[in-house]
Formats: sequence, C-alpha cells, structure tokens
Amino acid sequence: MNIRHLLSASDLDRRDATAVLDTATEMAAMAGREVKKLPTLRGKTVVNLFYEDSTRTRISFEAAAKRLSADVINFSAKGSSVSKGESLKDTALTLQAMGADAVVIRHPASGAPHRLAHWIDGTVLNAGDGTHEHPTQALLDAYTMRSRHGRIEGLKVAIVGDVLHSRVARSNVHLLHTLGAHVTLVAPPTLIPVGVTGWPADVGYDLDAVLPGVDVVMMLRVQRERMTDSFFPSEREYARRYGLDADRVRALPSHAIVMHPGPMNRGMEIAPEVADSARSTIVEQVANGVSVRMAVLYLMLGGVK
Amino acid sequence: MAYREAVQPKIIITGADLTRIVDRIAHQILEKTDGARDTILLGVPTRGVPVAHRLAARIRAFEGVEVPVGTLDITLYRDDLRLRGARALGPTDLPPGGIDGRRVILVDDVLFSGRTIRAALDALADLGRPRIVQLAVLVDRGHRELPIRADYVGKNIPTAIDESVRVMLTETDGTDEVRITGKDSA
Amino acid sequence: MNSYLIKGVRVVDGEPTDLLLRDGIVAETGRGLSAKGAEVVDADGLVALPGLVDLHTHLREPGREDAETVDSGSRAAALGGYTAVCAMANTSPVADTAGVVEQVWRLGREAGLVDVQPIGAVTVGLAGERLAELGAMADSAARVRIFSDDGNCVADPRLMRRALEYVKGFDGVIAQHAEEPRLTEGAQMHEGIESARLGLPGWPAVAEEAIIARDVLLAEHVGARLHVCHVSAAGSVEILRWAKRRERLTGRPSKVTAEVTPHHLLLTDDRASGYDPVFKVNPPLRTAEDVAALRAGLVEGVIDAVATDHAPHAVQDKECEWGYARPGMLGLETALSIVVEALLGDLGWDGIAERMSRTPARIAGLADHGHNPAKGRPANLTLIDPSATWTVEPTALASRSRNTPYAGFTLPAKVVATFLHGQPTVLDGKVLR
Repeated sequence: MNIRHLLSASDLDRRDATAVLDTATEMAAMAGREVKKLPTLRGKTVVNLFYEDSTRTRISFEAAAKRLSADVINFSAKGSSVSKGESLKDTALTLQAMGADAVVIRHPASGAPHRLAHWIDGTVLNAGDGTHEHPTQALLDAYTMRSRHGRIEGLKVAIVGDVLHSRVARSNVHLLHTLGAHVTLVAPPTLIPVGVTGWPADVGYDLDAVLPGVDVVMMLRVQRERMTDSFFPSEREYARRYGLDADRVRALPSHAIVMHPGPMNRGMEIAPEVADSARSTIVEQVANGVSVRMAVLYLMLGGVK
Repeated sequence: MAYREAVQPKIIITGADLTRIVDRIAHQILEKTDGARDTILLGVPTRGVPVAHRLAARIRAFEGVEVPVGTLDITLYRDDLRLRGARALGPTDLPPGGIDGRRVILVDDVLFSGRTIRAALDALADLGRPRIVQLAVLVDRGHRELPIRADYVGKNIPTAIDESVRVMLTETDGTDEVRITGKDSA
Repeated sequence: MNSYLIKGVRVVDGEPTDLLLRDGIVAETGRGLSAKGAEVVDADGLVALPGLVDLHTHLREPGREDAETVDSGSRAAALGGYTAVCAMANTSPVADTAGVVEQVWRLGREAGLVDVQPIGAVTVGLAGERLAELGAMADSAARVRIFSDDGNCVADPRLMRRALEYVKGFDGVIAQHAEEPRLTEGAQMHEGIESARLGLPGWPAVAEEAIIARDVLLAEHVGARLHVCHVSAAGSVEILRWAKRRERLTGRPSKVTAEVTPHHLLLTDDRASGYDPVFKVNPPLRTAEDVAALRAGLVEGVIDAVATDHAPHAVQDKECEWGYARPGMLGLETALSIVVEALLGDLGWDGIAERMSRTPARIAGLADHGHNPAKGRPANLTLIDPSATWTVEPTALASRSRNTPYAGFTLPAKVVATFLHGQPTVLDGKVLR
C-alpha cells in the first residue's frame, strides 16, 4: 500500500482495500495455530492513543499489534480536555520523541487524526474520530460480508439508523462503494445529513420497503439522548419505524445477514432475538476485527523503514 | 563451470533436464528417508509449491507411497520487509495431522542467501515441532549468508552475486526451464 | 509636524498628480508642486486611496493581550492601509460600559497609528438579556455610535427591537451578528456536502438568513438603522436585495447596510478538508455559489462595505482539534490584496475606495475618514503599488497572532505608505513605530 496514514476509508483504492481483505484472510488462518505470534513487526512501536473509552477497539488493535510482535504502548488520554491536560499537539510531540512507528488514535473530535498526522512522522491509524470515520470498522465489516457472501461487488447493503452522527456509516459508504457494493441509507430524515447528496449512496426513509431487496442490513447504534434533541419523538416510535425485529427479519431474503458494529441498544435499533440469531454476524465482526487490524498494521508498517 | 559474462538470458537447465532432476531428488528422498516414511513435503511459495507436488507425484510413481504436501508462506517471517516493502501473503496449508513428530522436507526452487530458509525454519517452529527438518532445492547457486545447506540439491550452479537465476515451471510460468541473467539485462 | 509632498500619484482612478500634506490636511494638489521643507515621497506608479476604514476589527485588548493588543492591531491596520478601525466589543471585560470603551479609545490614541473607534456591546456582558448603557457609551469620550454583540447574535426579537429603537436617540446603529443560536448549537462549518463528508456539525445558511430577514423587518418597522455584519450566504444577499428594493418602493432612504469579509469573497468550505482550524471562522466559509453571490452583491451595492472581521487567536487556540479551536482569521494586512485579487476588475479603484473607505466611514460616522485625497480634506490616505505582488508569510505579519488563512498565497497589490492626519504611519511598506 502506498498510503502513509489511514485516516478515512476513502484513502483506500480498490486494490489496497482488496489487499487488506486478502491479507486478513491469511491472518485469520493463523488465529487457529498454537503459536499465534508472528515476528513481523518486531522492534516496531505501536501507540494506542485513546481519548474515548472503547475497550473493544483498543483491545482489538492491541491484540493485532501484539500478534505481530510490535511493542504496544497504551496511552489513555481520556479526561484530558482542552482546558486541562496536555494538548494534542504536545502529546504528538511526545509520541514523536518516543519514536512511535504507528499511532492508533480514537478521539471525540472529528479530524483529530488528521491533525496528529500533521505533527508526527509515524503512521496514523484512525480508530474512530468524532462523527467522521472509523475506517478499520468498515474494513472488518467488508471482510465479514465477503466471508459470508463470498464477494462484495454487487451486494446490496442497507445501513440503518443514526447516519448523521455515525462514523461507521461514513466509512462504510466510502469503502463499500470502492468495492462495488450498492448502499442504501435508511433513517428518519432528521438523522440523514443535509449534504448526503455528495455520498455514493441512495437514501430511503421506509425500512420495510428496503429490506426485501438487500443482501446485508447493517444496524447502527442510536443513542437514546438523540431523542431529547428532537431527532425523533420517542424510543418506542423509533423502534417501531426503524428497529429490526423478528417480523422485519422475515421480510429479508433468506441469505441476507444482519450486522451491527456494537455496542447494541437491544430493543431499540435491534431486537434481542435478532441480535442472537444465526443471521447475525455481530460476534464474528468482533473476531474479524483482530485479523483485519493485523492486516492493516502489516501492510502499513511491514514495509516502512 | 566457468564464470559467465551473461548479458542475454541463458537457458542453463532445459525442460528435459528438469524432469531428470526432479526424478533424482525423488529417488534420493526415498533412499534417505526409508521410503519416505512419516515424511511430509512443505513447498515455499511461489515455486517451491509446484516442485513439492511434482516430487510427491514422482515418489508415488516410483514406490506407490503417498507423501502429504503442504505449503508454508514465510512472508511474515522475512527479515527484509523493511527493505522490500510489505507484500501480499500466500497461503499456509499444513497437511492433516500437522508437522509434530514428523519429517518435514522444505522444498524451494533456488537456494541463495539462505534467508528464506531461515524464515521458513522460524515459521515452522511457530507451527509445531517436527522430528527432523530437511531441505530440497532444484538449484543451489551459492553465496550463502547464513549457515544453511540443502539435503537434496538438483544442480549446483556457480554464479556471480549480481546475476539472477530464474526457475520457470509450467504451473506458474507456462514452461519448464532455468535461466540465468546478467545484471545488465535484468 | 512635518509636511509631505507626494509626487506623481494617481488619486483613485485619476491621472498622476502631486499631493501636499500639511497640518493634517491635503493642502495642495496639482502637478509639479514644490514645497520648502516638505519631505518628498516618490509615488510614481502608485495609487492613492482614502485611508481604509474597517467596520469590524477584534483588537482583543483588554483581556487577550496574548492574541493582539490595540498597539499590535494598530500596526497591522496601518500596514494594511487602514486609517481607522472599529474595535469590537467582545473583549474581557466586555466593552459594555463607558469605562471600557474609553480605555480602548485611549489605547488607540496612545498607539497613534490608526483612529481606533470602539464599538459598544448591545447587551450587558454580550449575554443577550438586557441592554448595556448605550447612551453612556455614546456620550463618553469614545463617542460610540456602533453597537454590536458580535460573536453573539442579539437573538431575542424583542430585545433587538428595543436596541434598534433606542439608539435612534443618538444616531446609533446596531451591527448584528446574524446567527440564530438554536440553529447553530455545536456548529463547526457550513452545513452542506463538505460538512457531511467531514463529519462536522453544520452551520446552516438559514440561521443567518432568518435573522437578517427578521431584523430588516424590525428595523423598517421602528425606522431604525441596521448594519448586518459579515454576510456569508447567497440567501442573505437575496434578502438584502429585497430589503433595499423595498425601501426604494416605500420612498424612504435605505437604513440597512451590510458588510462582507475578504475571506468570504475568496475562500470556500472545502478548505476544511485537512481540519486545519486556521480555516475555521464564524460565520463559516461557504460554497462557491455563495462566494459568487457575495461578490455580485458587493459589486451591485446590495452589500455596502468590506470589513475584515480581523480575529487574532493565540497559537494554542488554533493549533488543536478543529472542534476545539476558536473561530476567526486575521484580516487587516491582507484585506486590500484579497479584494483586489477578487474584484479589482469589477470595482475599479474607485469601487474599492467606496466599499473599503467612504461607505464604512459614513456608516461609522467617522467624519475625518472616507474622503478621496483632495484639497482641504483630512489627510488620511494610503498609497498602493498596484503592480507589486507579495507572498503571505504568517510570521512576518505585524499582528501578534499567526492565524492567517492565506499563508503561502501570492497576492496582488502592496501598501507602500499610509498617512494618518497628515503624518505617515507606514513608509516604504514598513510601519513607523
């Protein structure tokens, strides 16, 4: 791969994205071995710089880096706000001085990884920035779709829920488009960005009209607090119009899968029996996360001097 | 063989030679392994894999013995990633039963610096504990950088360090032959 | 006081002439002037404009002297060709009392590089709840005539109506920062395709347009003056066009004026792509269609003036995450060049003088400013080299801050000299203090 940082899923062209998925397949094969460790990134330092709690993503990156024998430093910066604590720039200079080869950053502000990339020489991997993007989540979602359906080209994917505030949706729209899938966004109009016209995706407001034609339905987490800001009237109304329950699952084609990036609001955007059903890939997605992140770390750091 | 100033690619092993070489290695393996008992062949991608399959086929033809064949991708164990960049991974497929306690013969096309085999030994150690590990190569061109030698060698070809030896196989390249190319025309 | 003889300068779009500056006024004009003891300024090839007047400057003093002071801001202004700036009220403490506006006014006099005309806050502490002592500020030594809560909108319609009415008593004007606050909570950039892509909360143009429409109607209802700050959206231009046409129909003179910033005449929202907060500003950079409408509005006279909204910020307030950065850009030293770059062909030098000097001086009530250099007029003027180009280097700017969005831009037209009350503040492109 010729890219230095992974800040947005749109940084990946089709060849790069496919290389990540292919490499992840081989990485997944190693997960079954007795010795899970590979010497590939021996001597490299990977810093997990997390300004938000996300145990799931942090552990996934940590496991991926450790399986490739990189040294992992966890830098939990949560609680350091603008007014108190060290600025992102000062932290960047510290990491630079430590000789970090890669920084995996999770941050509540959109674009923070771009700023970091501006200040350090190492590779920056965006592990979720504000309401912007979460490219490795999109890669693991694509990996999961490919392993269930055998392909991505031509798949019809519905992404349902709080598109406006979702970094997962943004990254998935870019990546799935790059890989030749067809995306339909489904949400109440309040939760679709005004500028969605610039996205390579269709928009629908009626979930029931979309479901019978999809190969994949990806449910996004909807925070209950959105209700207080009048994005929708009540949890009940949201669940009734946009929640994926057993009845709606029956409307899906028999081969269609149900995805969710987690953490789920059971009973809100997804019914418990749907989350736990055989169509659900939610547990797989977590497992695939490590393989995909190993692939990204290998491809981005393996060849860097 | 004398030092060559090869500018044009030169065919040093023909298809017919190659067939004889594979036959000879197959015989040697049978001899040295008590009829290939408890032995598996692991090809190192790319061209070690078809060579391993050919050896297995010849062994079957000579003695009716079925030798399991697998592949061992060593990319993630290479020590030259920094110099050559991350590259696509090949598959690693071990035969059923794995490698523990068995005789593993690594198969590659060319033995040069020995670094590939060093990486393969590391990879093997992470996959299990063979009773014995041996190495079979079609061509040994010298210039070792590590204390590694092959147990089965098809042909020793003295070369200059800047020459390149290219093994071509029907399975991967559409033809069977070995070429040597001087640096200038590489 | 020295007198100065400026040789061979073209006054605005006129033919080359000489100007003798003496005792604070233009004493003589005409070709081949000579004057004993006068310092001669060779102005061959230069253009003389009336000293520029900025309706919208943040000098940050008192309170944020790490970002700018009255003195450093005055230096930047003089280098930009300005002879008067109106200092916004959102200082700390807020300029909402006679005491604070007099302090700023006095600091301006001490710096002595431009006439600093303080703007008073409309409401106490810019809180938008009750009127500040507008009359006391008007009667103070600073003689405040423009009142603004800039940074905040006077959002309460009832309070806005009262403010518009009240300042009629001393020919004041309310300069409104038009931003419906409920529509821009958490907003980071123009709401559109770019904000959707970048995942930054959007600042919809309607938040500006709705307030302008409301205020135009309120001002007309109470017969008051209204000045609209930093118009940024095409829809706002359309509303202002409607407002001015409407006043022509009613036969009453237009009492609505509006300003646009240089950055809104040149830059678009795609500058946010790298999340560099130097491009974060309020109101935000918008689309190419908005830029085109603003330019057309300025040329047409729907928008009356160019104002810089010069907003210095300390390094730590800009070298951070976009969402945490403070909005605002430097403007004083680049304004003229940006307007030349964008609109010299449409406006000519006279059109630029009108929109950057004469009209803003009239809006601000600054009688000594905004006059083309002519015999008997106050000698507040600036000399421009129209054929020079220069490259913006943030560290070379006179402002204490570095947050120019034009770093590395090569721009046309250079200020060579500026005269305030007949005395140079800038000569040979260098500030004289």
